Amino acid sequence: MSHAEAPVAVLRGAVALVNGFPLLSGVDLEVAPATLTVLFGANGAGKTSLLRLLGGLIGLSTGEASVLGVDLARGDRRLLRRRVGWLGHEGSFYDDLTVAENLTFAARALERPTHDLDVVLARMGLQSRRDTTTKQLSAGQRRRLGLAWLVLRRPELWLLDEPYASLDDEGRTFFDELLGEVVAHGATVLVSAHDPLRSPTLRPRTLLMAGGRVIEDRP
Amino acid sequence: MIRTAMLVAAKDLRIERRSRVLLWQVVPFGVMALLLCGLALGPNRAGHSSAAPGLFYVVVVLVALLMINRSQAVESTPGTRASVATLGLDPAGVFLGKSLALAVELWLAGAVLATGCVLVLHTALHGTLVALPSIVVALGALSAAGTLYGALTSGGAGPATLLPVLSLPAFAPLLIAGERSFSAALYGGALWQWWVVSLVALVAYLAVGILLYGVLEES
Repeated sequence: MSHAEAPVAVLRGAVALVNGFPLLSGVDLEVAPATLTVLFGANGAGKTSLLRLLGGLIGLSTGEASVLGVDLARGDRRLLRRRVGWLGHEGSFYDDLTVAENLTFAARALERPTHDLDVVLARMGLQSRRDTTTKQLSAGQRRRLGLAWLVLRRPELWLLDEPYASLDDEGRTFFDELLGEVVAHGATVLVSAHDPLRSPTLRPRTLLMAGGRVIEDRP
Repeated sequence: MIRTAMLVAAKDLRIERRSRVLLWQVVPFGVMALLLCGLALGPNRAGHSSAAPGLFYVVVVLVALLMINRSQAVESTPGTRASVATLGLDPAGVFLGKSLALAVELWLAGAVLATGCVLVLHTALHGTLVALPSIVVALGALSAAGTLYGALTSGGAGPATLLPVLSLPAFAPLLIAGERSFSAALYGGALWQWWVVSLVALVAYLAVGILLYGVLEES
């Protein structure tokens, strides 16, 4: 396998414990670059925990895990996190900052230019909300702001935790189109969801999780 | 580190300016506490004045506890914590930035409370002005210690209600040094010796915070 085709993530018997409770209980998984993977499973199956482990947001307790070449057991998870984009189902921003201020803060923290901020906001349909504080946005607009945050950052690995929550039909379609574009441009995307993706053009790999493990893998 | 500190401090101060928690909630609380102290001491002006340095720092601690909790609360929603974690900010820079923002807020509150001491507790204006450098340093040290202990008790590491119990032993030397400096400025005595104690504490807390804040964040 050439370096370009090296997996973005490799997990072997990955276990994650928090306060002694197993969030993940032995996950084996390999994720190829520039692919879209959807995680399904009941509440508490371990979808969010798997995404958080892949993003370096929780530690690996036992097993092996490597993401974007960073060993999660021994490597610097902070360096990994700079290359990962996270969109949670909760609010992801500072409520008292405006849309533009939140995005500018993220861009400056990552030493990225802010000149395409208005382009990204227009793309997300948020230009009229540029100077609105985040707490005044609707749930769907917050979701779009989360996407704008990721588009501005252009991470190598997108980890999206139930991104379709609070989105209307138009928003879901827009989201699916964006995911297609992101993967086409070489980024790798993992999404947790309860419902299948609607877009017929997306052909995601689907993983079914239960009890903190991947129990079914459909390429 | 300095770039991150400035970014975080500007963000925290912008949030504070917009939410106006300091202006409309914390400072009025501090002024009311000072007024109540004056009423509790009765009509004896001389008694008010001699108790003023101690009362000033008691009220400052109450105000500081509110502001420390507030400073950590803006970061504490799970989604915000995860999103900001993926920015990979230098923890030492985050600590310095949050300490600086908290210090600015406490300096503003301290200026109002010192004025309150002159008006309500009848401290000498000249002595109060002489005490200002020591107040600035003591409140700076309080901010650094408070940011450290705030991180310890926020999020998953412990309930925020633990903050007063855990932090008061750390605050005690600062309060004693501050009170002695203020008293010395009003009535004569070892002003600069206590000022140096506050300065040493400030440097020590900054050094500990720079070294340990990342560990606290990860935990």
